[in-house]
Amino acid sequence: MVLVFAETWNGKFKKSTFEAVQYASACAQAQGSQAVAVVVGPASAPVESLGAYGAAKVVHLHGPKQFETAQHAALVGDLAKELNARLIVVSGTANGRALMGALAVRAEASVISNVTALPESYAPLRVVRGAFSSKGIEVCESRSERCVIGLVPNALGVKDSAGSDAAFEDRNVTAELRASMVEQQLASGSIALPEAERVVSAGRGMKAPENWGMIEELAQVLGAATACSKPVSDIGWRPHREHVGQTGIQVNPQLYIAVGSSGAIQHLAGVSSSKTIVVINSDPEAPFFKAADYGIVGDAFDIVPRLTAALRKHLN
Amino acid sequence: MPIARGANLPAAILDMKILICISHVPDTTAKIQFTPDAKSLDTSGVQFVINPYDEFGLTRALQLNEKLGGTVTAVTVGGAEVEPTLRKALAIGAHDAVRVDAQPTDPLQVARELAAVATEGGYDLVICGQESIDYNGGVVPSALAELLSWPVVTPCIGFEPAGSRAKASREIDGGKEILEIALPAVLGAKKGLVEESELRIPNMRGIMAARTKPLTVKAPAGAAAGSAPVSFAKPAGKSAVQIIDAQNLDLLVQKLHEEAKVI
Ligand SMILES: Cc1cc2nc3c(=O)[nH]c(=O)nc-3n(C[C@H](O)[C@H](O)[C@H](O)COP(=O)(O)OP(=O)(O)OC[C@H]3O[C@@H](n4cnc5c(N)ncnc54)[C@H](O)[C@@H]3O)c2cc1C
Ligand SMILES: Nc1ncnc2c1ncn2[C@@H]1O[C@H](COP(=O)(O)O)[C@@H](O)[C@H]1O
Repeated sequence: MVLVFAETWNGKFKKSTFEAVQYASACAQAQGSQAVAVVVGPASAPVESLGAYGAAKVVHLHGPKQFETAQHAALVGDLAKELNARLIVVSGTANGRALMGALAVRAEASVISNVTALPESYAPLRVVRGAFSSKGIEVCESRSERCVIGLVPNALGVKDSAGSDAAFEDRNVTAELRASMVEQQLASGSIALPEAERVVSAGRGMKAPENWGMIEELAQVLGAATACSKPVSDIGWRPHREHVGQTGIQVNPQLYIAVGSSGAIQHLAGVSSSKTIVVINSDPEAPFFKAADYGIVGDAFDIVPRLTAALRKHLN
Repeated sequence: MPIARGANLPAAILDMKILICISHVPDTTAKIQFTPDAKSLDTSGVQFVINPYDEFGLTRALQLNEKLGGTVTAVTVGGAEVEPTLRKALAIGAHDAVRVDAQPTDPLQVARELAAVATEGGYDLVICGQESIDYNGGVVPSALAELLSWPVVTPCIGFEPAGSRAKASREIDGGKEILEIALPAVLGAKKGLVEESELRIPNMRGIMAARTKPLTVKAPAGAAAGSAPVSFAKPAGKSAVQIIDAQNLDLLVQKLHEEAKVI
């Protein structure tokens, strides 16, 4: 049995949740078993709809209102033991990453995070994971009967769904909270970077914060999240939550467009696993070109608005 | 443990005992190579440093210590090779250091060893980094908290104790949340807990003082590893970049659509 934590956000399933359910379902199929999804707290979509992504059954735990690491670890961990899950799949979102370690302890499981592909083998369990800030790939083996797999968001993507509704079970639960929420502050309208499929990122080459309008416009046309280099957030041109790289957010999109950013090794550490990288830089020697699939040498102030126009034409 | 001062007052922590967990990692610019048998990191020529996230934690620990008194203890699970990294933490200002004499191979093993140190020392606060940049696990903080049955805040971007409780901010996808917790607790530090401009670096006096500060080597509790690396490889290199003429952006759009299939 493969258990998957089906994370909700404001009651809605996230795209990363569907990806995790499909991953769990593929693992289950390979072993001739079933994937069970666990939903904790309010869900606005019917939980049985996760069947479309391969869940055979959904256990819906009612009671908790919000994510809290210790409480979620207890609820999901105890369920994993009750159902004797061999694998527990968690998507590596902010909450998923906080959860993994505690969940492994509670479920008496091992844990392998940063996983980027389906297991190479199941007995013994061997999985491929990223290490050294994407500068290395590791095959890691679980030494335990049960293992928590932390999946990198967007590593596999969400495939078209084909399954039908899942069976479901409702339970009322209580579990100790070790932290109480005082307040939540969300940036409205922005796309969460770790999950974004397209990212438009800009660096110091943009010269001043008032020049970001063209970056936002390009992002908007693509339905992309915006990101920035570390110095840009350090000097306060852009909010900290946009800082990507080794010491910022790690992203894994299909398309990463870097504008006016040199491609320092610490920046690449957080973005180099992007599927396709486009670099726009006025300096043909900028190191970023070595990590790029497509490059344009030139002035961002000239190129970005024209690229936005060309994309708009194509996408309409 | 919190000490109650006055019957009607909430238990207040003065003399806060802080444990800061330091991971000894390759410098961010290090070229990563693996040994010919692909079994481990080739450490020749690699400079090791305090994990960048742990530096934020160490600085916050020292700030709290200046306000509240108490002690800051740095701990690393590792062989003798990690001692220069621990000495650096002492030079920055930690009062003493503990090296748990075991090779770290798995985050749960490390968490169990750290839990033993935390329990034995009776700490009020344990600070980790949100993840270490070597194996990028991000597992230790919440695993450690669960082993201790303490609250955890990770990634932690703000922490203010008030008596035996604290307010802590946590980064979430697209925003942040503010949590209230009781101490003792575990934090997984990230920039924001302190700003980069606040980061402490060792000065001459600190480096001199560090030579005589206590560094205790502790026998491991003997925790088993839940997982083990089988092999390492370098990611497949990108094929050479295709430079596209700045006057022909339609060609880029076409390639993104037909070749890369990302739009
Ligand atoms: C411990 C540590 C951790 C770090 N972590 C991170 C991290 O997580 N993320 C991160 O990003 N950095 C990180 N850094 C910083 C990193 O080393 C670089 O300093 C930083 O990424 C450079 O940012 P940048 O590319 O915006 O600026 P620069 O390096 O100044 O590059 C600006 C680029 O813009 C180009 N340019 C200028 N004008 C134009 C124009 N008109 N049109 C087009 N291009 C133009 C220039 O040719 C240049 O290549 C870290 C550093 C350290 C020491
Ligand atoms: N060997 C170790 N010794 C001490 N602390 C560690 C060790 N490994 C990890 N940590 C701590 O746990 C945090 C997260 O590490 P990880 O879960 O390995 O990514 C680090 O930032 C350190 O604070």
